[in-house]
Amino acid sequence: MEQSIYRSHILVCGGTGCVSSGCKQAQDALKDELAKHDLTSEIKIVETGCHGFCEKGPIMIMYPEGVFYCELTPEDMPELVEEHILKGRTVERLLYTEPNSKKSIPSYEEIDFYKKQQRLVLGNCGHMDPESIEEYIATGGYEAIGKALTEMTPEGVIEEVKDAGLRGRGGGGFPTGLKWQFAAGAKSDKKYVICNADEGDPGAFMDRSLLEGDPHRIIEGMMIGAYATGADEGYVYVRAEYPLAIERLQKALDDAREYGLLGENIFGTDFNFDLHIKAGAGAFVCGEETALMNSIEGKRGMPRPRPPFPAEQGLWGKPSNINNVESYANVPNIIRDGAEAYKAIGTEGSKGTKVFALTGKINNTGLAEVPMGITMKEIIYDIGGGISDGNKFKAVQIGGPSGGCLPEELLDLPVDYDSLIEVGAMMGSGGLVVMDDSTCMVDVARFFLNFTQSESCGKCTPCREGTKRMLEILNRITSGEGKDGDIEMLERLAENIKSTSLCGLGQTAPNPVLSTLKYFRHEYEAHIYDEICPAGACEDMLKGYVIDEDACIGCTACARVCPVDAIEGNVKEAHVIDLDKCISCGACVSKCKFDAISQA
Amino acid sequence: MKSLEELRKLREKAQKDIQARKTSNKPKVIIGMGTCGIAAGAREILKAVMAEINKRNLDVIVTQTGCIGMCEKEPLLDVQMPGKDRITYGNLTTDDVSKIVVEHIVNGKVVEDLAVAKLED
Ligand SMILES: Cc1cc2nc3c(=O)[nH]c(=O)nc-3n(C[C@H](O)[C@H](O)[C@H](O)COP(=O)(O)O)c2cc1C
Ligand code: SF4
Ligand code: SF4
Ligand code: FES
Ligand code: FES
Repeated sequence: MEQSIYRSHILVCGGTGCVSSGCKQAQDALKDELAKHDLTSEIKIVETGCHGFCEKGPIMIMYPEGVFYCELTPEDMPELVEEHILKGRTVERLLYTEPNSKKSIPSYEEIDFYKKQQRLVLGNCGHMDPESIEEYIATGGYEAIGKALTEMTPEGVIEEVKDAGLRGRGGGGFPTGLKWQFAAGAKSDKKYVICNADEGDPGAFMDRSLLEGDPHRIIEGMMIGAYATGADEGYVYVRAEYPLAIERLQKALDDAREYGLLGENIFGTDFNFDLHIKAGAGAFVCGEETALMNSIEGKRGMPRPRPPFPAEQGLWGKPSNINNVESYANVPNIIRDGAEAYKAIGTEGSKGTKVFALTGKINNTGLAEVPMGITMKEIIYDIGGGISDGNKFKAVQIGGPSGGCLPEELLDLPVDYDSLIEVGAMMGSGGLVVMDDSTCMVDVARFFLNFTQSESCGKCTPCREGTKRMLEILNRITSGEGKDGDIEMLERLAENIKSTSLCGLGQTAPNPVLSTLKYFRHEYEAHIYDEICPAGACEDMLKGYVIDEDACIGCTACARVCPVDAIEGNVKEAHVIDLDKCISCGACVSKCKFDAISQA
Repeated sequence: MKSLEELRKLREKAQKDIQARKTSNKPKVIIGMGTCGIAAGAREILKAVMAEINKRNLDVIVTQTGCIGMCEKEPLLDVQMPGKDRITYGNLTTDDVSKIVVEHIVNGKVVEDLAVAKLED
């Protein structure tokens, strides 16, 4: 039968974010509506992966017009079909509204959140059916492995990846080509390639989105890695909390086998390769490469000492190459389009793009892929739409539990591996948490340390006990019990833990404390010596608010907002707060135009 | 998969399936689907356009628009070739569709006797 062309495709986001906001129900309603109007043969519904804008989900894009609709409900579907599909009129009220200008934007490319992005790795995510190997092939998929196998030597592939300057996206930023060269150089009858999809950083979901939205890209990247290093078997280690990613990947593996893209004599060469999925139990330390390999082998997920490095003795003692999901996802483009094209993007030491998960006190949260070297300011203000609720920026946390907090002065910093390390943060896997002036930096440090402390596997004393001591001190400081010498103690412990822990977890766990001490030391001092939390966030420390009688002009603005009537005073006379009544809500502070109110 | 040739053949076939998602530099057919357009048989015109495009294996954007204020000439259909003026055809029957597709979209020649308006790009 002649295959027929649909006049319009409706791309419905079926990523985890949109599933939880109800895209399935909306899709069902859409199907009913299309059937009702006898449109099913003209209009095709394609379920895609994540667009990175999950906060606005459920999302649909209508082609050929490319109109972007968001926050859809099943009830919107009759109007959408009637107006958009039948009459060709854009449904204004379902478009995305720019938070600052309040304008509604019809096309995807015109939305500020997407304008400054450069979606190469995420290029297919949200724009194709991740369960269709044909669609991946239609976008040029599997061309790169075909080219590698039939036109390049393994050494040639490694040279190309080295030349492209690709560095690991899993945190450390180690040059990928060099890593492959080590594994290629190891002599063995058996080698493995492993994909690290453990993604343990709180708030990170770029690897999940890639696996859900474009699984074949990961498979192809791993195949190229296997050919380059001489492996014939691979594992993708995915956390078990990612059922949809596992399901899509499984479908992709099945299809690739059916097309002979996995198996034996691929592309008519003597290259054989197959892949397995291993679902991980979700401990943060299992993302560490040696712990991960232990976990695949069925042992407890505890790190092993290195050397020997995985490239010499990895999985089951065999030479193994391990990379992050996003690292592999970059590879097909490099091989297909060449290192030159790839290198054109990025900075001297960091090439290509990086995907970030933007969260926190920011207008547009979601996944953003940006060229390396973009400034933090551009990410936060242009893509992220600025600080939410009109509040003031205070800090941005980058790199997850191993990373650091950067202050306003560093907003013009180019985002690349080396600049970030220089200022005491790190790229990490790409978490970006934006904080405003209501955030207490000591409390932020405490949050991250609490996370790493509870995730420590317990093998090394400094990591196990040292982080516990540090956490105790931070708990004391944030509850108003801090004492002289605490800061120095924190610094000593931090240096000790960093230099004596076995794995990256311990080695980086103190970073959030050290970076906040570096840029926000005054907040620690205010807690300890002045017994106040400048952000007004540490509840135990709030003793109420006082009015400076010299600054107060008696405008009564404060008294009118106080929910418990704690403020007294006559018009044009200094007001007074009754500390017995004050519940420290802070409402009066922001109302006072004369900065007369501060913490007691 | 035995060779790059095989992959490329597969790709060509697969690209046809997703061509509706490419929006730039393609011929565009715009069908008037206002109330009177639909009443005058615009749906049938649209179906005929789709059938013709399928039959000839063309890569064309087919989209629709609301009332353009020429209700008396419905059904209406506009053709816009990349970089060219947008030509409006009116008073159409399904039999005219084939002619417009062949002459204008395939051969690039405006079908003067059916054209009712020209919009400068
Ligand atoms: C505690 C800890 C957790 C880690 N978690 C992850 C993770 O979730 N995903 C990941 O790709 N790498 C993680 N890493 C880094 C891996 O050990 C390893 O460096 C990485 O997978 C290498 O891939 P790349 O070179 O492509 O970045 C973690 C490291 C440590 C110390
Ligand atoms: S540093 Fe911490 S997490 Fe890493 S091996 Fe030692 S105890 Fe375990
Ligand atoms: S902080 Fe809240 S409760 Fe206290 S005086 Fe101000 S408005 Fe009243
Ligand atoms: S899941 Fe739909 S935009 Fe992320
Ligand atoms: S409804 Fe067709 S031109 Fe007015």
